[in-house]
Amino acid sequence: MESVFGSIAQAPEDPILGVTVAFNKDTSPVKLNLGVGAYRTEEGKPLVLNVVKKAEQLLINDPARKKEYLPIVGLADFNKSSAKLILGSDSPAVLENRVATVQCLSGTGSLRVGSEFLARHYHQRVIYVPLPTWGNHLKVSHFGGLEVKSYRYYDPTTRGLNFQGLLEDLNSAPSGAIVLLHACAHNPTGVDPTLTQWEEIRKLMRSKVLLPFFDSAYQGFASGSLDADAQSVRIFVADGGECFVAQSYAKNMGLYGERVGALSIVCKTADVASRVESQLKLVIRPMYSNPPIHGASIVATILKDPDMYHEWTVELKAMADRIISMRKQLFDALTARGTPGDWSHIIKQIGMFTFTGLNAEQVSFMTREYHIYMTSDGRISMAGLSSRKVQDFVL
Amino acid sequence: MASAIVSLSSVSSISLQPHAKGSKNGIGNVSSPFPKSKGKHALTKVKCMVATVKVSRFEGITMAPPDPILGVSEAFKASTNEKKLNLGVGAYRTEELQPYVLNVVKKAENLILERGENKEYLPIEGLAAFNKVTAELLFGADNPVLKQQRLSTVQGLSGTGSLRLAAALIQRYFPGSKVLISSPTWGNHKNIFNDAGVPWSEYRYYDPKTVGLDFEGMIADIKAAPEGSFILLHGCAHNPTGIDPTPEQWEIIADVIQEKNHIPFFDVAYQGFASGNLDADASSVRLFAARGLELIVAQSYSKNLGLYAERIGAINVLCSSSDTAARVKSQLKRIARPMYSNPPVHGARIVVNVVGNPNLFNEWKEEMEMMAGRIKSVRQKLHDSLTANDKSGKDWSFILKQIGMFSYTGLSKTQSDSMTNKWHVYMTKDGRISLAGLSAAKCEYLADAIIDSFYNVS
Repeated sequence: MESVFGSIAQAPEDPILGVTVAFNKDTSPVKLNLGVGAYRTEEGKPLVLNVVKKAEQLLINDPARKKEYLPIVGLADFNKSSAKLILGSDSPAVLENRVATVQCLSGTGSLRVGSEFLARHYHQRVIYVPLPTWGNHLKVSHFGGLEVKSYRYYDPTTRGLNFQGLLEDLNSAPSGAIVLLHACAHNPTGVDPTLTQWEEIRKLMRSKVLLPFFDSAYQGFASGSLDADAQSVRIFVADGGECFVAQSYAKNMGLYGERVGALSIVCKTADVASRVESQLKLVIRPMYSNPPIHGASIVATILKDPDMYHEWTVELKAMADRIISMRKQLFDALTARGTPGDWSHIIKQIGMFTFTGLNAEQVSFMTREYHIYMTSDGRISMAGLSSRKVQDFVL
Repeated sequence: MASAIVSLSSVSSISLQPHAKGSKNGIGNVSSPFPKSKGKHALTKVKCMVATVKVSRFEGITMAPPDPILGVSEAFKASTNEKKLNLGVGAYRTEELQPYVLNVVKKAENLILERGENKEYLPIEGLAAFNKVTAELLFGADNPVLKQQRLSTVQGLSGTGSLRLAAALIQRYFPGSKVLISSPTWGNHKNIFNDAGVPWSEYRYYDPKTVGLDFEGMIADIKAAPEGSFILLHGCAHNPTGIDPTPEQWEIIADVIQEKNHIPFFDVAYQGFASGNLDADASSVRLFAARGLELIVAQSYSKNLGLYAERIGAINVLCSSSDTAARVKSQLKRIARPMYSNPPVHGARIVVNVVGNPNLFNEWKEEMEMMAGRIKSVRQKLHDSLTANDKSGKDWSFILKQIGMFSYTGLSKTQSDSMTNKWHVYMTKDGRISLAGLSAAKCEYLADAIIDSFYNVS
């Protein structure tokens, strides 16, 4: 019988998540997965934070706990705490109730809901993303109904930021255009603007009335400090202007598979925020009705309890420190070997990822010959390295 | 007040003060930072290019209305009247009108906790073990379609999310094809297809004269639809009416669908909850599969496992070949990735630990029978109270013929409003009541409310 679905072609594997699929199929004992950005311990194992285990124990052992539908906007406590986490609990925007926060499915879900909202309610349908950016940004924005353009960002010659190019491109963007900004630990390059550069970006964007849309997937994970990693967002909010922030707890709380995140829209007034929230609900209801409770309740439990919050900051710093130490070890190993080239970018870059500078062919070679898996743009996840593996990698 | 002159081309480095609160700027109006000063040194009002947006970019956004179903619970919560009764959303309540977490679910969660599993990303298509058990639950573990690998199953965000994935697939690969939905149907179906960009139209279903199924109308409308349309069918326990086709009627529906090369698209949100028996409630789906038809099925574990907030369900596409099924799965993944990347793990693990564990599975069947049993018994009690208290001799037996969590009372919108405003009974405007939210103790009160609204409100 001929299928009505017969004309449907096989879709290729996702370029990022597909790396792990390929890795899992590889039977080599020396294989190394530097693909997806999931933290690994020194032993190469996934990590569930102790404070997360504690929170989960409390929740699961609570006889009063129910599984009733959350409101469309998600868990109220979670939303409040998340907004305070990224904006600062003393943020005027928070205190003035000018922030519409909705719980979403991690960073991806927050970006998608935000994009759909903008496509419906904002006069500018174009979003500028940095070149390069996380691969899924393009798809999320596109399917969310936005037209995607890019602004220069990475300079391969310096392996740093092409600041002039960035300013030029934002300056020539149409007034009101949406601009995607990585709040910290740029993915995939690991190259972040300095605070001074962020201030210049802010001024330019405000003068051109460009709408900032922050992707904050690594708060606390980049420098080890939650506040430091939120500075870029906070300087924008401090000027009284509007912005969007997509938050993810996948990395900084290790809640990857629970899909916890939030979209915060900082508005001019509380009245606007309230109307914006009501419209966000119309985007969410036909997509999945209301968000999953488990991960959000873990986050809310931790954020609301001062002791658990403190414990979290300590575990978070430990993860960030291990990655920073991996960077140093990789740099030292390459330098010690006398590997040609300047490898200082490895320690200048920040966060989970490093852009090795390898091209697609070279990446392919690394996989075929050495069973080292990474994304085809040459991005490696430092989280996948350990002290022992650094040596293997360098060789 | 700042005396700095703001240049047109650059932004000053002073921190930009938000403008005076309470000053209502109309859309597009830009207020000057310089107050109009009186007297000799009056400054000429400077029209400046604003350094920041004075008025919100979203000022023009209107307040959206509350969701017609979920909004009922919000209204209920806001009410302080002690007689209030929430018959809005379809969430199971005990006789004490408390939410209910199934014992098997608590056991499963403890097992998961003991095992100390990690929280790594699931694959885009979800937890493999979940996809396996959910397909087996739906089609029967020994169904040949499973062995033939003709089924493509992807974990989705409960019923809504699974329907949305299928809708997106239809939009992309069957552009212009319509989905036919029953009149009436669950309120969110239209929203899902609208947002996915899939055109839809209705087939007759509910007959207000009989408070039963308009079977002839249904068949005629399905026959009249353009060949290759998607026909959305409720697997069991039709929402909102509670009116299901009989097995004989299902056969005829299948005949017509087959004849017109339509694609059956099942929404199965109540497997086990309708009759109390998991297999019986899946018989409509299995009937179609047994005919060798290709079909789509969205599943939800919100009600039957009480996992509402965990958002766990699946989309199943049964294809004529395993090769096609594999390709369909790859495309469903491509739709999920830019929506939420991969689904949440917790609910999926619970389902695996219950459905995939023979002891817990049997326990679950008992709890399911208990829940469905309680609903059947309040249904009976409500009917009996209505019959006893309604002196006009109106035939209320349609309530007993309906099945599942809901009952279509036949009350109009104004009558439903009166139920709420006068009797503090919260329900949806279409006259639907959720029996899951009714206790035996409240049946009398509800009967009085219904009788009053039916006869005294037009």
